Amino acid sequence: MSKLKTMRQSTRKKCFILLGMLIAFGIFEILIATNTLSNQMQNLLVPMCYNIILAVSLNLVVGILGELSLGHAGFMCVGAFVGAFVSKVLGVLYPDLSKWIVFPLAFLIGGLVAAIFGLLVGFTILRLKGDYLAIVTLAAGEIIWNIFSVTYAAVDNGKIRFSLGGTNIKGLSPSAKQIATGAQGISGIDPLSSNAGVRFAIAFAITFVVVWLVLNFIHSRTGRAVQSYRDNRIAAESIGINITKYRLITIVLSAFLAGIAGVLYSHELGVISAKQEVFGYVMSINILVFVVLGGMGSTLGSIIAAVLLTVLPEWLRVLNDYRMLIYAVVLIGVMLINNNPTISSYVDAFKNKVKSLFKRKNKAKEAQ
Amino acid sequence: MNVLEVKDLSIQFGGLRAVDNFNMTIKKGQLYGLIGPNGAGKTTVFNMLTGVYKPTEGHIFLDGEEITGKPTIKINQMGIARTFQNIRLFGDMSVLNNVKAGLHNQIKCSLWSNLFRLPSNFKVEREMNKKAMSLLEVFGLDKFANHKAKNLPYGEQRKLEIARALATNPKLLLLDEPAAGMNPNETAELMENIRFIRDNFDMTILLIEHDMRLVSGICEELTVLNFGSVLAQGETSEVLNNPEVVKAYLGD
Repeated sequence: MSKLKTMRQSTRKKCFILLGMLIAFGIFEILIATNTLSNQMQNLLVPMCYNIILAVSLNLVVGILGELSLGHAGFMCVGAFVGAFVSKVLGVLYPDLSKWIVFPLAFLIGGLVAAIFGLLVGFTILRLKGDYLAIVTLAAGEIIWNIFSVTYAAVDNGKIRFSLGGTNIKGLSPSAKQIATGAQGISGIDPLSSNAGVRFAIAFAITFVVVWLVLNFIHSRTGRAVQSYRDNRIAAESIGINITKYRLITIVLSAFLAGIAGVLYSHELGVISAKQEVFGYVMSINILVFVVLGGMGSTLGSIIAAVLLTVLPEWLRVLNDYRMLIYAVVLIGVMLINNNPTISSYVDAFKNKVKSLFKRKNKAKEAQ
Repeated sequence: MNVLEVKDLSIQFGGLRAVDNFNMTIKKGQLYGLIGPNGAGKTTVFNMLTGVYKPTEGHIFLDGEEITGKPTIKINQMGIARTFQNIRLFGDMSVLNNVKAGLHNQIKCSLWSNLFRLPSNFKVEREMNKKAMSLLEVFGLDKFANHKAKNLPYGEQRKLEIARALATNPKLLLLDEPAAGMNPNETAELMENIRFIRDNFDMTILLIEHDMRLVSGICEELTVLNFGSVLAQGETSEVLNNPEVVKAYLGD
């Protein structure tokens, strides 16, 4: 009996999270279909999705690997630009190509290029730990968005041309199609769908798969190796775990998923520009807030925090100028409550009560 | 057959020669003790054997193969597992997962089968669970399988560390003060456990210990270290009655 329970515990938790997501998705879709959801909320559904992806992917590095990364928005930036670039270029070169080929390609290439950036950063921080690693990731994130802010790209006579010099490409023919224009970024990106319900469905499907992958990763042989590094590096080495390899794997996977979130972001907004506020450390810190608020290492916590903190600033919009002030106060309040032993003991007691209720039910079933 | 052979091992930290000209031979299946007063260099020897420190001079052979200066990970894969004087468990992972992490190189599957839950992932998990539970049962830890490792009582944590080291399927097991902080009952139980491991896992064990009851109770041969050099070596009863050794421990 106890053996069986052991094996099921992680699986049960996973099913609980995924099922909860499906139910939430169902409710939102019904609300959209019956037109009960306000326009403002409808516009927040896809941002919720990419924020969830950003949060669970950063949680892999911060909560599971145990290293503080402050450059997560950089990987998102790569995904956003590369994804948008792919779908625009394909749109120009092959106008007849179906959306169902263009978009998956955009997601795949956006994610892969972000993963390559992840690999580069991963190699850089191979021998770093703690504060030093945090600073390097911070710098890496800043470098990445700055690269995209000086990148020009155009399609000229069926050829793709780049310029990284901060000025537009020289000698373009009049028929050339400009794709990326430096600091102004990329505009006119096709939305995934014109229908809000369908757009949310696609975004949700991607988010669902990402969360599934992340949970699979954590509760697996690889995930245990990564967590053993987090808990005690010396002991992990002593049992023969190649920590360098697992650090790289985690950082690359996290960057890949952040890239996917970026592609989702650029296709939802339609216009992206490489700016400090959007892809700089401010965004990285915002993502970190999701992870810390949800409880480091907890995927469910990251998801809930991402959803709440996407909605909260919009709800606070009625307060006008005081909005960010109240937002900060709410954050401080939640952190204090999260860390308060008295309150958390109440929460634990409540959890145990719920659990014992379920157990009684199970026992009753067994008795029958 | 000699499982471990250490020849003229020395290490220098700046001006301090922490271990000097250390020699030791351990035969297969032996229960070997490494004792000595505080600061004698016992843990430093362990750290050289497991590749944490690179020795300045000398050679270490495991089963005839030279392992001197190899990285920790490689040495573990070649067959030396250890526990630590100050317990180093994976505190936030469950007791079961601690042992499963130890099985990492024994039962393998690819990252892709982990990520996409391919059949090989489930097969590996089943195998790991079975093996890990049987190891936990040896130490009576199976009832704690789902607890976080950091929430275990002290004595159980020590046992879990041994179980995790055993999971890596070593030829030689190094125990650094396994009985530290245990009461006499727990020590007696631990002695049973150590004998059981030697007999049932076909293991060679080298241990550092201060508890003389444990040392005289289970060790067959001893090496005594004092100020980094070997003071006495040989059969347990002989060594413990050696006047030099008594002097080093109790003073004149």
